[in-house]
Amino acid sequence: MIGVAFRRLLSAIPVLFIVSLISFGLMRLIPGDPAAAIAGVSATPAEIERLRRDLGLDQPVWMQLIDYYQGLARGDLGKSLLLGKGVFAATMERLPVTLGLSAYAMVFTLLIGVVSGIIAALRQNSWADQAAMMFAMIGISVPNFFLGLLMIILFAVHLGWLPSGGYVAFREDPMGWLASMTMPAFSLAMLQAGLLARITRSSMLEVLRQDYIRTARAKGLPQGKVVLKHALSNAMIPIVTVVGIIVSLLLSGAVVTEALFSLPGMGQLLTQAVLSRDYPMVQGGLLLVTTFLVLVNISVDVLYAVLDPRVRYE
Amino acid sequence: MNLLDVRGLTTAFMTGSGEVNAIEEVSFSIREGEILGIVGESGSGKSVTALTVMGLLPQPPARVAAGEVIFGGQNLTRMSDRQMRSIRGPGISMIFQEPMTSLNPVFSIGDQVMETIAAHERLSQSDLRKRAIDMLDKVGIPSAARRLDDYPHQMSGGQRQRVMIAMALACNPKLLIADEPTTALDVTIQAQILDLLMDLRDEFGMAIMIITHNMGVIAETADRVLVMYAGRVIEEAPVAGIFDRPLHPYTRGLLECVPSLVEDKPRLVAIPGTLPEPARRPPGCRFAPRCVHAQPACTAAIPSLELLEPTHTAACFRARELAPA
Ligand SMILES: Nc1ncnc2c1ncn2[C@@H]1O[C@H](COP(=O)(O)OP(=O)(O)O)[C@@H](O)[C@H]1O
Ligand code: SF4
Ligand SMILES: [Mg+2]
Repeated sequence: MIGVAFRRLLSAIPVLFIVSLISFGLMRLIPGDPAAAIAGVSATPAEIERLRRDLGLDQPVWMQLIDYYQGLARGDLGKSLLLGKGVFAATMERLPVTLGLSAYAMVFTLLIGVVSGIIAALRQNSWADQAAMMFAMIGISVPNFFLGLLMIILFAVHLGWLPSGGYVAFREDPMGWLASMTMPAFSLAMLQAGLLARITRSSMLEVLRQDYIRTARAKGLPQGKVVLKHALSNAMIPIVTVVGIIVSLLLSGAVVTEALFSLPGMGQLLTQAVLSRDYPMVQGGLLLVTTFLVLVNISVDVLYAVLDPRVRYE
Repeated sequence: MNLLDVRGLTTAFMTGSGEVNAIEEVSFSIREGEILGIVGESGSGKSVTALTVMGLLPQPPARVAAGEVIFGGQNLTRMSDRQMRSIRGPGISMIFQEPMTSLNPVFSIGDQVMETIAAHERLSQSDLRKRAIDMLDKVGIPSAARRLDDYPHQMSGGQRQRVMIAMALACNPKLLIADEPTTALDVTIQAQILDLLMDLRDEFGMAIMIITHNMGVIAETADRVLVMYAGRVIEEAPVAGIFDRPLHPYTRGLLECVPSLVEDKPRLVAIPGTLPEPARRPPGCRFAPRCVHAQPACTAAIPSLELLEPTHTAACFRARELAPA
């Protein structure tokens, strides 16, 4: 198992290299001048020129690239042009918001997706199955910002139960965090919950047909044991493989959700950075997010080995 | 007093083209400690019979359309699922044709044996472990204590079938149903598993219902034999009666193509034609299209089982006249 994790860690290095190269190249391909953007509309050409030199943007691109990788080798992601502080520090300020939102959305995704998938499979073709699958279809096809808007209108504007936006740090006020994050997390979760419900249903249906389920019933095990132990533990294997994808979907979906609910997360930070051509911030932020996703996917592979002894003993 | 009485059992399946009877009016009994063999070509309704007794067919599409299954004075077809669970294991248990897929791949074999016992008896974890080791030992798993934490994929087919047997006998059932227990195994392993079943019958004293399409297996194991064709019982007799004086033309055909347990090559099928699907069964005697003795009268009605000799019944209009003197 440790071997699996180590091999995957090694293979992540080229992935991170390519991502860093692409984000570096893309930023320089899109038109726009960071110095002009930062200096503001009232700056004179001379001022802009001085700023450009200060930021090292007068250097040829290949020199900038070498600088960038030299920094990375030292573990230095550079400084944000716009914020004036370290890329790493800026990311660490905003990442908890996004991770908290995604984790909360993940809880919704797993609860709604797995539970409704299991019920649908156990009651195949019943009204409960059809209702669950229709719900899943809606979750998949309704854009999450639209769902978020509907929720704001209903729960914030009409009923006044939840705030329509704004962020409360969990450490300061856990209940306030929950109140401010429930609508964003729920609206963000629906797409993934719908996908997971369908995957869980088909995975459970497949497993319930297997001989070992008949064996479990032939032994006189209670229904709960047959379903939750014997069936679910096998059905979880394909489900776990999509968890990595679901985390990626949640993080990219979070960008829109953060904008809608005015949450100061990574989405906001990176959008702002792209608009103001904050090269180091975009490059460093993307690299950190990618690293996080790579780590999630490695954990998924390890979890896969924990769940399936046939993989573990290879 | 019989251990199991099956009377007039008819199990129907809902299919795309309506309801069809997979088995019809199946009746038989098993005495305590007896080995009843059920034999017939693939598709004749042996598994459906066994699974109906166990209450393991998914309903729907399956439905017990008629008849009863009396075990320990109770009609199992009327039991709730909860009541049935207390029968499965300590009352009746079952092993299957596919040892490779009948064990759960993600749990250790020790876990799977122990949970069977735990479902029916209150025992401490260490007692469960001891019982599991003891059972694996009894079915001939070498150094059972060490193999308790092994997973099914680490074992051969024969060993997995041994684990299945250990699980099935862990709660001391009164009846073990073995549905083609050796069909998927190598010939040499087949003989070992059959020997094991016979030894365990002597040790535990349970009755066995052994299902097979192989007359060789019947000869090795059964005390009494039930022959099925197209969902119906067509002959029943003690094993000697079946082999020495088969009264139904179908049974005679089966005996002519008996594959030997020691030779690996089954001989050519001696009965021309194929078993009809439940929805395409011919009128009258179901065997008529394949029967060399068929006469027009054979297709007019379904022949019923008749007691032709003291312990020998057969369902054939011409059985008496065709019987060897
Ligand atoms: N789930 C099912 N749905 C419809 N028909 C079935 C089902 N299971 C079994 N049957 C039918 O019942 C008949 C008997 O099958 P089975 O008992 O498995 O035969 P055997 O075990 O003797 O080979 C077969 O003709 C088969 O087509
Ligand atoms: S009833 Fe007729 S067709 Fe059927 S087995 Fe007897 S002789 Fe053959
Ligand atoms: Mg069968």
